[in-house]
Amino acid sequence: MTVAKPNSYRSGPDERGHFGIFGGRFVAETLMPLILDLERAYTATKDDPAFQAEMNGYLKNYVGRPSPLYFAERLTEHLGGAKIYLKREELNHTGSHKVNNVLGQIMLARRMGKKRIIAETGAGQHGVATATLCARFGLECVVYMGAVDVERQQPNVIRMEMLGAKVMPVQSGTRTLKDAMNEALRDWVTNVHNTFYCIGTVAGPHPYPTLVRDFQSIIGNETRAQMQEVEGRLPDSLVACIGGGSNAMGLFHPFLDDPTVEIFGVEAAGHGLTQLHAASIAGGRPGVLHGNRTYLLMDADGQIQDAHSISAGLDYPGIGPEHSWLHEVGRVNYLSATDDEALAAFQLLSKLEGIIPALEPAHAIAKVMELAPKRPRDHLMVVNLSGRGDKDVPQVGDILRGKSK
Amino acid sequence: MTTRIDTRFAELAKQGRSAFVTFLMAGDPDPATSLEIIKALPKSGADVIEIGMPFTDPMADGPSIQAAGLRALKAGMTLKKTLELVRGFRKDDNATPIVLMGYYNPIYIYGVDKFLVDAKSAGVDGLIIVDLPPEEDDELCLPAMKAGLNFIRLATPTTDDKRLPAVLANTSGFVYYVSITGITGAAAADSAAVSEAVARIKRHTKLPVCVGFGIRTPETAHAIASHANGAVVGTALVDALRNSLDAEGRATGKTVNAVAELTAALAQGVKGAQQAAE
Repeated sequence: MTVAKPNSYRSGPDERGHFGIFGGRFVAETLMPLILDLERAYTATKDDPAFQAEMNGYLKNYVGRPSPLYFAERLTEHLGGAKIYLKREELNHTGSHKVNNVLGQIMLARRMGKKRIIAETGAGQHGVATATLCARFGLECVVYMGAVDVERQQPNVIRMEMLGAKVMPVQSGTRTLKDAMNEALRDWVTNVHNTFYCIGTVAGPHPYPTLVRDFQSIIGNETRAQMQEVEGRLPDSLVACIGGGSNAMGLFHPFLDDPTVEIFGVEAAGHGLTQLHAASIAGGRPGVLHGNRTYLLMDADGQIQDAHSISAGLDYPGIGPEHSWLHEVGRVNYLSATDDEALAAFQLLSKLEGIIPALEPAHAIAKVMELAPKRPRDHLMVVNLSGRGDKDVPQVGDILRGKSK
Repeated sequence: MTTRIDTRFAELAKQGRSAFVTFLMAGDPDPATSLEIIKALPKSGADVIEIGMPFTDPMADGPSIQAAGLRALKAGMTLKKTLELVRGFRKDDNATPIVLMGYYNPIYIYGVDKFLVDAKSAGVDGLIIVDLPPEEDDELCLPAMKAGLNFIRLATPTTDDKRLPAVLANTSGFVYYVSITGITGAAAADSAAVSEAVARIKRHTKLPVCVGFGIRTPETAHAIASHANGAVVGTALVDALRNSLDAEGRATGKTVNAVAELTAALAQGVKGAQQAAE
């Protein structure tokens, strides 16, 4: 498909929530008045200086921002090419980038007078961030998590429970992130009167993809300023992993209109693109699910297919609609990394830099291992280290021990 | 343009009674049994038949209808086979309205224009697509109207007076009032609240208003039908079907009768009700 190049890559969505043909508001009528309310509330607060000031206070003193932009010297030497910087989102309170968005949505929920917060979670990072801020602001918190993910991300389940959240294991469908989102939507449609749905990624019905992107854009905005400070110029390339794509969108969006910046999104190729995987752009096509039109994994009849990734946070058969659009207009290059490549990257970063990454950004590191050696030594490459690997230690430990036997 | 739906509701109005609307999933538990069940519905008292189009991710449905969809998909059901099911039903019945109900993605992937042509020729009269609110009318609602199919909108307790005109604007056939905020198979709303909501909708439209979600028994069906132009029952019928299956989820000799008997009992409940005053 040929798509006309826009004047700006940062002007979307239109007033109906569309990025090209992607996005939209494909929800049940019961929810429609709620998402219109949310849109009004967001429009009214986002440029309100009092809201901004309150957000910035919590971002600095509670989340611990700005997160460092760290020169990964030994990884750079090892790969022998581009100069690699890590955007250290894993150092945020709660251990990932998810808290940036959750803080924004919880503050919005408070302004809207909502007392009950629901969320879906895959790896549990969004669930932990939501449980954390609900504890901080004294709100009821219910987190839907696929039963498979409850099993493989136990540390995060325990954390959420310690923070006072109720974790609801989801037994329907494939019992992963997609089904957690279905269940969260079913809860929301039932408890519309008092409930705020805190979506964890740049997907769902408009205005969620925009709202989450805006709250996450602090990643790219900081990166821009930090790179200017240390290198005196823009980076040459950006790399981030993509499930729904919120850490990637947060890093990419402020740079979309800088033509010299190459941008790479990394999907999860699971067992490989010809087998079970979670790479919606590489292996899917446009369809409608969870409130938006976007690239989805599905069969010839439009039934959603099972995704697979070693990383619970990437194990989703779709992707945020703005990513689908950025793919079609050719601004972002979407690559994919397999489970095995991610595991290798997980170990390499741990050993070379003393940083244990989450399995999700390990997919981004895996592609850095391919991209960096092919680029000159003055090439500045930023990779979003979106989460830390503590939650994955038991799972990876089991896999590595199993392999060494 | 007059569809079988318009004709059926006009007849019922003349008789002064409310419609009994049934919902079952296409292809549940297998395509052949599903056709037999649907053929048995009019004889048992169904006035309008809703047929679910199976989807892997039915966000507005409770566990019973989710499971029905998965049984159908496992038995090889597709959207194409759902249309064949309707075609099979139409061989013996050219009067009972058929409404397909489901989610947008399978239709989008089938191709909207091709779907509308094929659905019309198979004998489908109307569509209820849960995840297409008025904000997305360009997708399917407007093309369906052009193709001569009714696009039946859901109105809900959250659809206030300000929003109702937008919801009703491109609606035809009837209005489906979802009596509760929630998913299919949840608890029933009380009939006083339903009565008030139906009256509110009727201030904005001349279309018949049918009420669904949470109606399980002949008594509730009677109570709800007394305040509306029709009562919709889905989960209770799907549960009766499921309870007739063997341990592997396959149809047994009892399956068709189990659904037909409950349909007849519910139809009795509805038929005792006077239609709501216009």
